[in-house]
Amino acid sequence: MKASRTAFRKVWDKAFVSIVLLLSILSIVPLFLIFFHIFKEGFSSITPGFFVNLPKPVGEPGGGIANALVGSGLLVLVACILALPVGIAVGVFLAEARTNLFSTSVRLSMEVLQGMPSIVIGIIAYLWVVKPMGTFSALSGSVALAIMMLPVIVRTTEETLRLVPRSLKEVSLALGAPYYLTVLRVVLPAGISGIVTGILISVARIAGETAPLLFTAFGNPFMNTNLLKPVNSLPLIIFNYAISPYDDWHALAWGASFVLIVLVLALNLLSKVISHRFRVEF
Amino acid sequence: MTESQARLETKIKTTSLNFYYGAVQALFDVSIDVPAGQVTALIGPSGCGKSTYLRTLNRMNDIIDGTRVEGQVLIDGKNIYSHDTDVVLLRKRIGMVFQKSTPFPKSIFDNIAFGPRIHGVRKRAELNDIVERSLKRSALWDEVKDRMNENAMGLSGGQQQRLCIARALAVDPEILLMDEPASALDPRSTAKVEDLIAELRGSYTIVIVTHNMQQASRVSDYTAFFFEGRIIEFDTTQVIFTHPEEKQTEDYITGRFG
Ligand SMILES: Nc1ncnc2c1ncn2[C@@H]1O[C@H](COP(=O)(O)OP(=O)(O)OP(=O)(O)O)[C@@H](O)[C@H]1O
Ligand SMILES: [Mg+2]
Repeated sequence: MKASRTAFRKVWDKAFVSIVLLLSILSIVPLFLIFFHIFKEGFSSITPGFFVNLPKPVGEPGGGIANALVGSGLLVLVACILALPVGIAVGVFLAEARTNLFSTSVRLSMEVLQGMPSIVIGIIAYLWVVKPMGTFSALSGSVALAIMMLPVIVRTTEETLRLVPRSLKEVSLALGAPYYLTVLRVVLPAGISGIVTGILISVARIAGETAPLLFTAFGNPFMNTNLLKPVNSLPLIIFNYAISPYDDWHALAWGASFVLIVLVLALNLLSKVISHRFRVEF
Repeated sequence: MTESQARLETKIKTTSLNFYYGAVQALFDVSIDVPAGQVTALIGPSGCGKSTYLRTLNRMNDIIDGTRVEGQVLIDGKNIYSHDTDVVLLRKRIGMVFQKSTPFPKSIFDNIAFGPRIHGVRKRAELNDIVERSLKRSALWDEVKDRMNENAMGLSGGQQQRLCIARALAVDPEILLMDEPASALDPRSTAKVEDLIAELRGSYTIVIVTHNMQQASRVSDYTAFFFEGRIIEFDTTQVIFTHPEEKQTEDYITGRFG
C-alpha cells in the first residue's frame, strides 16, 4: 500500500515536471516562428537602397523606407523630449512623497494610463492636437507616443529611486545640502542606470505602436522633417503596405518589419546590458 | 554635576526634550548641557533612544514622517527648533557620521568635495585644498592621495568610515555627531577612528554614541547614560566609570544588564 503510494507520487512528480517543461518550450515557439518568418520574408528586401530610398509607386523596383526611418526617429525623439522631464519628475515625486491622497491618486492615474488602449490615446491626441491645429502632424503623433511612454518612465524611475538607500539621502542632508540638491546630485545620479533602462524600454515599447499614429502622424509617402506636417513611421508603413493588394509592397512591409524588430530587440538588449552593468549597488 | 563641568562653556543645551515617533514617545524630559570642545559619549542599552537624541541635534528626525519634538535644543544659546531656523545652515554647522559608512558612489575626491560644492565653492584650487586638508585631518590622506579619482566604494570599511568623517569635516562644522562610528570596523580601524576622535577633540564639539564601554572611557570626557528614553546620569566620564551615583549606571557599565 505504502509502496504503491510512493510509486504513484513519483510518477505524478515526473509527469508534473514534464508538463511544466513542455509548456515552457511551447511558450517560446511563437517567438521563434515570428523571427523565422520575418527573417525569411523580410531579409531579401534588405539592401542598402532599402534604407536610403523613398517608397516607389507600385511596379517600380527599389523602393525603400527612408522616410519611415526618419519619421520614426523624429516621432520618438520629440516624444522623449515631451515625456522625459515630466515622467522623471513624477517618478521622483512618487518615490519621495509621503503617502497621501494626492500621491496615491497620481500613482493610480499612472497605472490606469498604462493600461489605456493605445487607440484611445490616439483619439485623444487627435482631439487635443490635430483638431486645433487643423492638420495631421508629427507633433500630434509624438504627443500620443509621449502619453504612452509616460507611465513606463514614471514607474521605472520611482522603482529605481526607491532602491536608493535612505542613508545616502541622509548623508547629503546632514552635510547641509538642501532637499532639491540632494535629489539632483545624489538620488538621481545613484538611480541613473535604472532610469535610462526605463527610457529604453519605453522607447522600445512605443517604437512599434501603430494605433496612436493612425490619425495623428498619419503617414506620408514623402520625406518630411517638419514637426507640423504628417510624417511616415515604421509601423505605419508596415500597416499601409501590408493591407495593400500588391506583392512587392508586401515584401517592403516584411522588410520594414524586420528592421523594426531588430531595432526593438537591440533596444531591449541594450537596456538589459545597462541595467546589468550599472545597476544600483550599495 | 561636577565643578569642572560648570566652568566649561556649553555648546548644546537640551532642556526638557520630549520626542515622539507618532504616538510612541522615545525621549522623556532629556536635559543635558554638552560642553564645547569636548567629547561626550552617549551610552545605554539598545533602543534606549541614543540615536534618536543624536538626531534631534541636527533635526535629522524632521525627515521622518509623523515625528514631533517638545522642549528645546539650544546651540550657542539659540533654539534650533524655533521657526526662524534655517535647517540647511544648521546642518552645515553640524557634521554627522553614521554607523554604516555611506560613501556616495562617486570618486574619493567628489565625495569630500560634495559638501563644499553644495555650499558654493567652485574654484578647483580651493577644492583641492579643502579635500587635502580634510583627508589629512581624518588620517586618510596618505592612503588615498594617489587614487583620488577612484570610486570611494572601493575603499575598505575602515577607510570608508574615515572618508565619511573627512567628508563631514570638509564643510567645516562646529559640532560632530557620530552614531556608533566604529561598530562595523575591525580593531585596527577602530583604533584609527578613536585616535582620530582624540585628534579632533578641542577643535570640535563631539557627541558620540557607542556600545563599547572601553571606547567610551577611552575617547570621551563626558558620558551620558540613557535608559528607556531618559537620562539616568550625566557626568564626567571619569565619574561615570569609577563611582557613578546611580545603581543603574553602575550595573550597565559593569555589564550586569543591557
Ligand atoms: N523611525 C522610527 N519610527 C518609530 N520608532 C522608532 C524609529 N526609530 C527608532 N524608533 C524607536 O525609538 C526607540 C529609540 O530608538 P533609537 O534608535 O534611538 O535607540 P538607540 O539607543 O539608538 O538603539 P541602538 O543602540 O540599538 O542603536 C526605540 O524603541 C525604537 O524602536
Ligand atoms: Mg542607535
